[in-house]
Amino acid sequence: MSEYLLEVKGVHARVEEEGTDILKGVDLVVRPGEMHALMGPNGSGKSTLAKVIAGHPGYEVTGGEILLDGEDILELEPDERSRAGIFLAFQYPAEIPGVSISNFLRTAVNARRSEDEGDIGVLDFQMALNQKLELLRVDKSFAARHVNDGFSGGEKKRNEILQMAMLAPSMAVLDETDSGLDIDALRIVADGVNTLLEADRSMGVLLITHYKRILEYLKPDFVHVMLDGKIAHSGGPELADQLEEMGYDWLHEPEAAPVGQP
Amino acid sequence: MPKNETVDQLGLDEYKYDFRTEDAPVYKAEKGLSEEVVRQISAHKDEPEWMLEFRLRALEIFYSKPMPDWGGDLDTLNLDEIYFYLKPQDQMERSWDDVPENIKETFERLGIPEAERKILAGVGAQFESEMVYHSLKEEWEEQGIIFESIEDGLRKHPEIFREYFATIVPPADNKFAALNSAVWSGGSFVYIPKGVKVDIPLQAYFRVNAEQMGQFERTLIIVEDGAEAQYIEGCTAPVYTTESFHSGVIEIIVKPQARFRYTTIQNWSNNMYNLVTQRSMVHEDASMEWVDGNLGSKLTMKYPSCFLVGDRAHGEILSIAYAGDGQHQDTGGKVVHAAPETTSLIVSKSISKGTGRSSYRGLCKVYEGAVGSKSNVECDALLMNETSRTDTYPYIEIDENQSSIGHEASVSKVGEEQLFYLMSRGMSEEQAMTMIVRGFIEPIAKELPLEYAIELNRLIELEMEGSVG
Repeated sequence: MSEYLLEVKGVHARVEEEGTDILKGVDLVVRPGEMHALMGPNGSGKSTLAKVIAGHPGYEVTGGEILLDGEDILELEPDERSRAGIFLAFQYPAEIPGVSISNFLRTAVNARRSEDEGDIGVLDFQMALNQKLELLRVDKSFAARHVNDGFSGGEKKRNEILQMAMLAPSMAVLDETDSGLDIDALRIVADGVNTLLEADRSMGVLLITHYKRILEYLKPDFVHVMLDGKIAHSGGPELADQLEEMGYDWLHEPEAAPVGQP
Repeated sequence: MPKNETVDQLGLDEYKYDFRTEDAPVYKAEKGLSEEVVRQISAHKDEPEWMLEFRLRALEIFYSKPMPDWGGDLDTLNLDEIYFYLKPQDQMERSWDDVPENIKETFERLGIPEAERKILAGVGAQFESEMVYHSLKEEWEEQGIIFESIEDGLRKHPEIFREYFATIVPPADNKFAALNSAVWSGGSFVYIPKGVKVDIPLQAYFRVNAEQMGQFERTLIIVEDGAEAQYIEGCTAPVYTTESFHSGVIEIIVKPQARFRYTTIQNWSNNMYNLVTQRSMVHEDASMEWVDGNLGSKLTMKYPSCFLVGDRAHGEILSIAYAGDGQHQDTGGKVVHAAPETTSLIVSKSISKGTGRSSYRGLCKVYEGAVGSKSNVECDALLMNETSRTDTYPYIEIDENQSSIGHEASVSKVGEEQLFYLMSRGMSEEQAMTMIVRGFIEPIAKELPLEYAIELNRLIELEMEGSVG
């Protein structure tokens, strides 16, 4: 067993059939139980990294490796990566009209059970779902609604967190889960993530965010800054404060020292 | 000439439920249509003289009308190669062993009960739940309900039959209505007396000793004042038939304050030309609903219609069409508002996969004087591949200013983002496709009786199998 949960090694990637790489050699490691925040301006490649980790077919990896528990996952399909333990909370989750959240989740839960285990019993599933709904303080009627169909931004994000709770991944990538949320919704989502982390202390989290706001509620162990397709700077939680104060510009100069660090 | 050659001439594509009978030597009347064939049919059924005359008149009308050229492609339909009449006992001569393995397997996987499988495969003459049927039948008879084969309807209830037969779809209505009028055989006759309300749907399954669904079925339903009932026929399982042409006529009269729903799901193998005329006459304060599922066939042309002739009459047409490789579903609905404050709703959903094509063709007509009428049409198409195709032909004719008509159409493709989203939750591409399609038809599937909805869902699952590659 590898020391690392997730290893991103020198990953280059581009939109399929387009010339230039968006990711230009990304290196990042996450150990079990660690939370990493990935910050950076728009267009720096944060969301691309999230999609590449989850296996989005629209992106082509042109170099490097991605390992989960020491195993290369780049050849795996998105569903295989999911079953291996990766979860991506989408920035813009798709709408699936006519499919209830409950039916969707049951299919997803069954998809990760072995043939020997067979499908989860209806009652067992309902109990598990109710428990998670309670944990996340979501009304039971939520599960009967159609997946993301006509949802507000906050409801969509809450649905992502509910799925994460039900699927219990080993490595969760949260792609701008905080964007488009008012402060109440933000707190609910952050509380949800914290609750899940308490329940499973070995889960790794990569939190991609544009704002420092969510870091008032979620406490990452490491903060990374992505600029132009690379991790330009890494540090502890204090880095987020510096970014808040100074923006990203100073990071473009490799020699520049952050304020307060001579 | 064996049937297979006929089938071959139609230029078939592979189809999951397709099959050939290599050596099923059943007796058939002569191929093609003639006055002699029509006379034979009538004589075999021992019909009254007026019906024979009606058939012969219809045959003349059929000959005089040109082939319709506005819908699907009928060029390869060769009527000279078709047997227009099979004696029912011949239809029963097939044995279960003759039924191809893949059809049996499909029945198995759809979970169709043994007894029904045999009926569907055309090898069973009797439905084994006859006991259940008998107690229902007694109950219905006490209420004065008539539920018979169309032949028995004519034989046992000649007055009612003659009063209504062909009044909603006259032979001159269209070429295929004329053809059906000339050679009809099989179908149901239903009469619901005044004020009688039936909870249990009348199912064509239950008609013991009924002839199999004929190629030229004819159904006549009369729902008297204030009565309520529903009728269900068909099945999501593939229909096992060696015929390649189906042309039915369904006529329904819904009298004042009555309510009626007609649900049908049909899944033909893909050599079939399926051309059906379904029409209802809806009187004052009455309500009529068509729930219609069309799967399989080479070409289906089917537009259930509601003629709203009484004040405040209401009509609804809900339909799903699934066009697989090489198939064309040309379906939709027709509503005619001919009285004040009449209302209607058409919801049409189609799915096209591979080289399948679905067309929505609908008519909404509002006559002058139909003040305050409202109609709403929604048609949604889902395309599974780059090669699948959909078209919309909405015809709207409004001669009354004080009416309101809404039309919405949408076309969606199964998107990469939707698939990626579902797959990122661990579902295979096939499971993801199935889920998207099921979700798409959900608004109509939920209107179906539970067992039909379940079968439909299983069928969609089967259809999605191997669709990914």
